[in-house]
Amino acid sequence: MSQPFTEEHELFRKTVRSFAEKELLPNVDQWEEDELFPDEVFKRAGELGILGAHYPEEHGGGGGDYWFSVAKAEELVRGGSAGVTMGLLVQSDMATPCISDLGSKEQIEEFLKPALAGERIAALGVSEPDAGSDVAGIRTTARRVGDDYIVNGAKTYITNGTRCGFVTLLCKTDPDAGYGGISILLVPSDLPGFTVAKKLKKLGNHASDTAELHLEDVKVPARYLLGQEGQGFYYLMQNFQTERLIAAVSATAGAKLTLDRSVAYGRDRMAFGKPIIKREVWQHRFVDLYTLNEAARALSYDAVSDYNRERYELGREQLSFDVVRKISMAKLFVGDMADRVADECLQFHGGMGYMDECFISRVWRDQRLLRIGGGTSEVMKYLIAKTMGF
Amino acid sequence: MKILVTAKRVPDPEQKVKVQGDAIDLSGMNFVVNPFDEYAVEAALRLKESSGAVDEIVVLTIGSKDVTQQLRSCLAMGADRGILVEGDDDSLDSEQTARIIKAVYERESPDLLLMGKQAVDGDNNQVAQLVAGKLDLPQACFAGQLELEGDASAITVGREIDGGMEFKKVPLPSVVTVDLRIVMPTAVKTAGSKDNQEYAEGPRYASLKGIMQAKKKKIDEISVGDLGVELEQWVKTTSVETPPSRSAGIKVESVDELVDKLQNEAKVL
Ligand SMILES: Cc1cc2nc3c(=O)[nH]c(=O)nc-3n(C[C@H](O)[C@H](O)[C@H](O)COP(=O)(O)OP(=O)(O)OC[C@H]3O[C@@H](n4cnc5c(N)ncnc54)[C@H](O)[C@@H]3O)c2cc1C
Repeated sequence: MSQPFTEEHELFRKTVRSFAEKELLPNVDQWEEDELFPDEVFKRAGELGILGAHYPEEHGGGGGDYWFSVAKAEELVRGGSAGVTMGLLVQSDMATPCISDLGSKEQIEEFLKPALAGERIAALGVSEPDAGSDVAGIRTTARRVGDDYIVNGAKTYITNGTRCGFVTLLCKTDPDAGYGGISILLVPSDLPGFTVAKKLKKLGNHASDTAELHLEDVKVPARYLLGQEGQGFYYLMQNFQTERLIAAVSATAGAKLTLDRSVAYGRDRMAFGKPIIKREVWQHRFVDLYTLNEAARALSYDAVSDYNRERYELGREQLSFDVVRKISMAKLFVGDMADRVADECLQFHGGMGYMDECFISRVWRDQRLLRIGGGTSEVMKYLIAKTMGF
Repeated sequence: MKILVTAKRVPDPEQKVKVQGDAIDLSGMNFVVNPFDEYAVEAALRLKESSGAVDEIVVLTIGSKDVTQQLRSCLAMGADRGILVEGDDDSLDSEQTARIIKAVYERESPDLLLMGKQAVDGDNNQVAQLVAGKLDLPQACFAGQLELEGDASAITVGREIDGGMEFKKVPLPSVVTVDLRIVMPTAVKTAGSKDNQEYAEGPRYASLKGIMQAKKKKIDEISVGDLGVELEQWVKTTSVETPPSRSAGIKVESVDELVDKLQNEAKVL
């Protein structure tokens, strides 16, 4: 594949790198401890065009193609906290793509534009206490009454949930209709009956806030229905594609950074009279890991390239099964690669690797999410198998 | 009012320099805008934003076509137009550079020529002074603060000196070079600045919007011939050497031994 990045992509990359290294990195230790990064980070990312990179200008975006978002995701990892990266990526690539695709003029103005500017924090509300992988099993209901929907239910593991301005919420408008009864509502968090039930403690991604949300007789104006009633499941499946793609790209870049930093450590750390990186055992392990990382990037880039072609060059609304399959494969492959990289690099650091003060312990905790969030590895395989018609 | 800012491309100062034979090996080097020139662009943008008196910021660079990339990054920060004078930027000496800048100045007739105090590759710190002399313009070098008069007739330049700041008011047009402190939050003021106006420290990053707009901004390409400038070489590089590598340190047993070594071995006492 030819080099996809132009001069503009490179300039943008430089901007994101400066932002990550100068404005995130010096603060992330504190934010990890606070279990929250400040709202201003969204604003600053919005100002720089980081949140809206690949959205059309008339939606408040940068008007670029998807490679801008790839550059963004690859550089954000230099901030040194997967929690911050995740919070920002939920805002830019997970809770918002479907609004750009389907939103009415009013929804674009009221939700998308302020979200891409970083002024209104967005969350994606899919998972529930009783339904995660099996999205069609959700129980949150929205009953049409006059000009409103009355929403009842609970959502959990919701990133940005404790301080979001609105939730892109998946709910059942027809509880008996299975897949066809699901819709997406844009739900402002200041409506009566909307409560943050709990801020959840978790294994990693500490700087990111994760919430359980309760909705009790929340009256949501019907004009906040995204697209058509009953189409929510299909919309969400499209929306998931950028979520998975950006997660794959980001984690691949993160793993590369982890490898480079670990090798640098191994040049200085002596054991039995020589630097540990001079041991052939480790050299071969690193060769394997770098090779896996290259392969992961090649697969992810290939998936981005296909996605970019269908969305931006052919202007298709529905992605083909071929592209969906490749994106799922990329997320699956990257999940395993990142897991191995983090684990072996931690081992390479010895006792130091187990200490909070060493970057690798955070990496090790954080990367574990990749095989779970945005669709588990098992679900990726389930989807891939389905598109292969076994 | 028009501001002309000069911007040179330099090898990324964060990289290790390789010496090959008698010259620095530039192949495979990453290039960036000279940091002091980036500060000058930032200062110009702040003058423009707060005063409302600046109509245009023009950025001038000298170099091969590749340098367009660095010029574009200044435009992405917010400058309005670029000028690329095609020439070999690696071999120009300060005198030649000054002649080219003088010629461009005469074409553009800006009200302020704003430059970095020096380029971090050669560290010569000569060009602005030479240009001011050739043009017979007032010069104020190493600005750590700037304050533009309301009618844009003069600019007050604050310079860091031992134990404090020195302020000089120069009439415009003039030549001003900037130092590191010009990118501090309140270093640049105009009649239009709000009392509590603070910028983020450092040169701004190009926003994606700025980058997209920069694509459409004009870059005039001029050859040295077009400018009618004669370029005989004044300074010739005869050789380039890396400093000798440091030998390992030693531990001394006593002060006497230390003094002895400083006197007789290092010969520094
Ligand atoms: C830190 C974090 C942040 C999150 N942020 C958000 C968010 O912002 N918004 C949101 O909506 N959700 C969010 N999630 C939820 C996440 O998307 C779900 O956890 C994930 O989709 C898995 O769902 P589940 O937890 O219900 O697991 P379950 O569906 O209960 O799965 C349990 C196990 O069963 C396996 N399994 C399920 N189905 C199959 C199958 N068909 N074949 C084989 N095995 C199967 C799974 O792979 C898994 O191993 C977040 C999760 C975490 C941990």
